[in-house]
Amino acid sequence: MSTYYLPEGLPQPSSAPDGLSEPYWQGTRQNKLMIQKCRGCQSWQWGPEWICHRCHSFDVVWEEIQGKGRIYSYEKPHHPVHSALAGHGPYIAVLVELPEYGNVRMLGNLLGDPKQAVPIGGTVEAVFEHHDTATPPFTLVHWKLV
Amino acid sequence: MAERTLRGKTAIAGIGETTYYKHGQSPDSEFKLALQAIVRACEDAGISPHDIDGFASYGNDRSEAGRLAAALGIKELKFSNMFWGGGGGGVCGAVGNASAAVATGMADCVVAFRSLAQGQYARYGRGTGAPLVAGDDSFIIPYGVMSPAQRFAMKVTRFMHNHGIEQEALRAISIACYHHAQTNPAAVMRGRTLDEAKYDASRWIVEPFFHLYDCCQENDGAAAVIVVPADRAKDTKHKPSYVLACGQGSDHRSAAPVHNMPNYQSSHFGKLAPRLYDMAKLSPADMGIVQCYENFTGGVLMSLVEHGLVKAEEANEFLVPENLLAPSGKMPLNTSGGNLAECYMHGLELVIESVRQIRGTAINQVPRNDAAIIMGGPMVTPVSSLILGSEATL
Repeated sequence: MSTYYLPEGLPQPSSAPDGLSEPYWQGTRQNKLMIQKCRGCQSWQWGPEWICHRCHSFDVVWEEIQGKGRIYSYEKPHHPVHSALAGHGPYIAVLVELPEYGNVRMLGNLLGDPKQAVPIGGTVEAVFEHHDTATPPFTLVHWKLV
Repeated sequence: MAERTLRGKTAIAGIGETTYYKHGQSPDSEFKLALQAIVRACEDAGISPHDIDGFASYGNDRSEAGRLAAALGIKELKFSNMFWGGGGGGVCGAVGNASAAVATGMADCVVAFRSLAQGQYARYGRGTGAPLVAGDDSFIIPYGVMSPAQRFAMKVTRFMHNHGIEQEALRAISIACYHHAQTNPAAVMRGRTLDEAKYDASRWIVEPFFHLYDCCQENDGAAAVIVVPADRAKDTKHKPSYVLACGQGSDHRSAAPVHNMPNYQSSHFGKLAPRLYDMAKLSPADMGIVQCYENFTGGVLMSLVEHGLVKAEEANEFLVPENLLAPSGKMPLNTSGGNLAECYMHGLELVIESVRQIRGTAINQVPRNDAAIIMGGPMVTPVSSLILGSEATL
């Protein structure tokens, strides 16, 4: 019995050949949530980019953040669009806003019963789901209501 | 300095469509479909395909301008243009780009077209089969957010939440499209009626707002329109549909990665729509013909609001079937059936229906047929919109 939220066999995340998102994925392997911060204007930025969209500094660095936020929106996909999800039934994806970090948003699954009511504005925290036996190994970041 | 505008400088003089098929059922190749639609549009305009001198398309159309020009024996190719972005975001932009080329003298007779055989190529509604995903996809797809419905549903969830809009508003949009398809011989969903009970009982694609009937079809087919200078359009076979305005683009950072666009609960027309009406010198109240690209009914709802055609706070009251049906509704919507029920021709069927309405030859003819608004590809980036008008609007 898999302990993963979604069945195995879905596409795995990988850093693009350009390496832009490599620090994020390396961080998740160590239970660290990393996003970008601009040294030019001190703004948080997510997703990753080579430049700060506010001040155009290229001095954009990675910092660890606390995985706490609130649900901005959600969905429960029922219709499977990938063979790994055939017969699986509905699951929940949430968009989480992080107020302490410039309201950047992150996307993941909401752990627990897929039939649960999902409160927009509800407080959630990050949960790391390690896929150690995958090739190559990777870690997904889910959310749970607190 | 002279006013910089497209208003009234060009017109759609010809329209052409292939038979529309369910996905995978076209007996003809995608490129042959493109040729059929273009030749039919030329016949409709009363011009020779040899007189086309430009091509404009969108959605990464695979029927390349150079091959089309060779196959059709184009004498001289003066303009070839692809609108960036996926889906139908570029449907109105392609017509606008064709018009810009004609208005500025770069070309004289440009065809805007779309050809799509999803049976021959991949379907849009399936997830990727790749073992690894990178870039923006890597933050989304491993969580089961893969298809267009899944990528856009959370925008709709939040919009409905913010404004207290109910499922019934989306149901009305779907019912109107299916209703109009029943009298349209070209509609793939002709004979497949939809009522409230059938809609309510239909399965979820994505909860909480995407039932089966909120989602577009996937089809095979091709469509084309011929854009010529306004003075030349007067000499063609049909009443011209003048291009009054085209708007294209998106809001501030609306393609920001991992769903970080600042205006999230949006179809991305917020900045575009005022520019569109300014160029047309018309207002939402002038639009007797309203055609909106349905990838999903939630996208239609946000597009209607962002174009000032429906107020968000009045959506529950206004979006009921009787208001959306031709000929008697207050705002007849997608009068040939649209992407939901005529054909998912990436919205070009909506432009063609607008031309038929302006000519007065539509099957579900609306009484107020001087000005038409077409809204393309809600929620993608970039999007585009178009206003067409009869001679009376010039």
